[in-house]
Amino acid sequence: MIKDAYGEELKKIDVRVQRQDGPGQSPYWESHQVKYEPDMNVISVLQRIAAQSETADGKTTTPVAWNCGCLEEVCGSCTMVINGRVRQSCSALVDKLLDDSKEITLQPMSKFPVVRDLVVDRERMFRSLQKIKAWVPVDTYYDMGTGPKISRREQEVSYPLSECMSCGCCVEACPQYTKVELFKASNESEEEFLERQQAAYNNSFIGPQAISQAVLFNSHPTGNNIATERLDALTDAGGLQICGNAQNCVAVCPKEIPLTTSIARAGRAVTLHKVRKIFGAG
Amino acid sequence: MIAGEFMSEKRVIIVGGGLAGLSCTMKLAELGVKVDLFSLVPVKRSHSVCAQGGINSCNDATRQLGDTEWKHFDDTVYGGDFLNHQPPCKEMADWAPKVIDLMDRLGVTFNRTQEGFLDRRRFGGTLYKRTAFAGATTGQQLLYGLDEQVRRWETEGMVRKFEYWDFQAPILDESGSCCGIVAQNLHTMEIKGYSGSAVVVASGGPGLVYGRSTMSVMCTGSAASRCFQAGAKYGNGEFIQVHPTAIPGADKLRLMSESARGEGGRVWVPRKAQDPRDAKSIPDAERYYFLEERYPEYGNLVPRDIATREIFDICVNEGLSVEAEKLSVYLDLTHIPKTELDRKLGGILDIYQKFQGVDPRFSPMKIFPAVHYSMGGLWADYERTHQGGLVVGSPVNHQTSIDNLYAIGECDYHYHGANRLGANSLLSCIFTGLFTAPGIQNKIANVGETSSSVIEAAQKQQQEIHDNLLRRSGGTENPYLLHQELGNIMTKAATVVRRNDQLQDAYEKISELHQRSKNCGLSDTGTWTNQNVVFTKALFDMFPLAKTIVKGALQRDECRGAHFKPDFAFPSLEATDEAEKIKEANQWCDRFEENNKKWLKSSIAEYDGEHPQIEYEPVDVSLIPPRPRLYGLVGGETIEQVWKERTEAQTVGGSK
Repeated sequence: MIKDAYGEELKKIDVRVQRQDGPGQSPYWESHQVKYEPDMNVISVLQRIAAQSETADGKTTTPVAWNCGCLEEVCGSCTMVINGRVRQSCSALVDKLLDDSKEITLQPMSKFPVVRDLVVDRERMFRSLQKIKAWVPVDTYYDMGTGPKISRREQEVSYPLSECMSCGCCVEACPQYTKVELFKASNESEEEFLERQQAAYNNSFIGPQAISQAVLFNSHPTGNNIATERLDALTDAGGLQICGNAQNCVAVCPKEIPLTTSIARAGRAVTLHKVRKIFGAG
Repeated sequence: MIAGEFMSEKRVIIVGGGLAGLSCTMKLAELGVKVDLFSLVPVKRSHSVCAQGGINSCNDATRQLGDTEWKHFDDTVYGGDFLNHQPPCKEMADWAPKVIDLMDRLGVTFNRTQEGFLDRRRFGGTLYKRTAFAGATTGQQLLYGLDEQVRRWETEGMVRKFEYWDFQAPILDESGSCCGIVAQNLHTMEIKGYSGSAVVVASGGPGLVYGRSTMSVMCTGSAASRCFQAGAKYGNGEFIQVHPTAIPGADKLRLMSESARGEGGRVWVPRKAQDPRDAKSIPDAERYYFLEERYPEYGNLVPRDIATREIFDICVNEGLSVEAEKLSVYLDLTHIPKTELDRKLGGILDIYQKFQGVDPRFSPMKIFPAVHYSMGGLWADYERTHQGGLVVGSPVNHQTSIDNLYAIGECDYHYHGANRLGANSLLSCIFTGLFTAPGIQNKIANVGETSSSVIEAAQKQQQEIHDNLLRRSGGTENPYLLHQELGNIMTKAATVVRRNDQLQDAYEKISELHQRSKNCGLSDTGTWTNQNVVFTKALFDMFPLAKTIVKGALQRDECRGAHFKPDFAFPSLEATDEAEKIKEANQWCDRFEENNKKWLKSSIAEYDGEHPQIEYEPVDVSLIPPRPRLYGLVGGETIEQVWKERTEAQTVGGSK
């Protein structure tokens, strides 16, 4: 049992949640208290909040909405801003949070449109994976024998990049990645709106995760067959040139992916690609 | 206008975007069939990411040690205690090397040998190093490989994704064929009917029926349950795998992969109960490596059901748990160099360190068993070839008892019998997705158009159910607390050790809870991103499955694989005199044969709206005759010898 500032046994945890009822609505703070138990993480705190449906001052409230999945930091679902820092809520342990702060604050990521409370819409991240063609363009799924031989050294470089779970921590921390939130106009059809949204995504920064995935697939022997298309995407609007080298991305990545190394590798490849294009060999 | 176009175009609906759903999607797309893919979560976040250890196949190195696809098949059915229908297993083992080759070509970052070949590790239930792996996040890496291919087809317009959509029910036409689904958008709460030329359910396991398990939060089993309630049969529900090694947690029991033992991890407890000394300072002689002592051949790599039972036995019956209050045993990797651990197991060791705050490279881990996988699932058909495999392109492969509704991956009842071998689940999921696609393509060639009135009526029906639930006021039951109660009952009665009195009691309690759930009060009656109502609906659907698991277990009076009832266990041989021993072994074999006559069959449940009704179906064991599963049994060698002589005598007798 941990102690509070007065040496008393801590029995309740104070949690403040930034809530929002729907897209475009105003956020507001709500205070909750949950009973302290050993070995809690933020997920179990949110589970208790959902079950009790009551604020700290005893008012009935709706359960706080949030996303989670695997609860072991491999699915990327449960990203949120906890005590001011973006991270996965499953691996945010209560005892450690309370070492540095007397309460826990939970906020949605600020770079994505809020759907409700702590749920945000990260579709833009998946669109950027489409843009940079993050796949190996195999001919067919019929049995054609083994893949290309890859050395242990190459595998050890590519495996960490492939652990990216599109959680969004890197883009949340990136000063160059700005929120794109559009609303359907009354005189607009669904198709027109989606088109406008896609155009906005295309013109906005693709972010460290997508750059790193481009590097991963360009370094694969078969993936490399469409390397120039990926480099074109990286030099397009919203591409690599927007990176301001703040290096926040690598500092917050829960998987410790060497994102800045990827960005540097992409930078060199893009420079070479541009030179080749000038000389007509691209 | 657009709706009309979609009606006339042939599209297949796939529910679930894990390994099975994604591999089926990409294969159908390659065959030119358009797919609508529905998932509770962005498909990249599906539960398959949690699979750690690897994927099995016979390979170039094991072949030279005498391994074959047939032996992989044999290990699979022997490990499954012969409850697996054999033709699908044989086909899967034959495909295994091809599946791994394909995943290799898709860029999956498998670990490599120095020379650049795929590295392999040993897993439970086999003596061969068959398991290819990508660090300790093999499931994640395989899923990403498939997710990327599906994204490619999405870009080309062959796949439409419906992420954050909850499958409500299959839609059946007048003749009882499945012609679409009703689904609900988890953000807008819109309920909508979609027509599909065929529907494939690939929705994974029902871990949440047990409250906490190694499964992800969306593994409620609701999609399979909704098919079950719509009339699809459910097979072998009582066979639930409890993984021997998990990290107990308040919100989840996190998996500690079998690969930790595959790479040399040793399981032990101090010989002195609750020895207060630091684990590292306890000398070897005072440690009880109980798996190694009890199972000299397989050691720490006995099949999962056995490892689980032994760990349970050591803690519960022998009182040798490391701690008195929190049951656990040590899983020790500290004798392996840190660099090797980082290369092969980095991912899972990080998880332990992150969630327990202790570095398993230097201190032994504390682990305990947890519910992990459902061998049972929706009943699914297959067409057998004369050679004993499956007919390629047959439209009945993996079709449920509802025409035109398919089930693949963990939510079907094939491949794993009474117990799944480690590193066979990733294989069965990818295999079924790839293998069933051509059959589905053939099926939909003969499927006509669906009348929009059927779709609309189904949509309306689900909308009414939903609206009634939101409108209902004054409910006093809290769905989250009911879920906890259900989980506690299930974990106590229907996991490692099963007793009829407890199962009977559990069935009654679950029925009571089921009744009480009808009085659930919603704390959120809103119409936007209402997770409260979605969870409550999923909770309702846990009861039919919970009842099926418990009733199946109650009725099955025997021990088979993961289903262990001590009251029906076969004793070890006691005699020391050789002749007496042989006599006992013969009696043992008689009993084994009698038991198989009675119980070597799949339980097949149908839901009558309140209770599952269970019938039994013979198992196709035409390729490998069942034999006693003797891992570690005292006198096992004698039984094996006697069994061999008896079967040889029968064969000679038969050929005369």
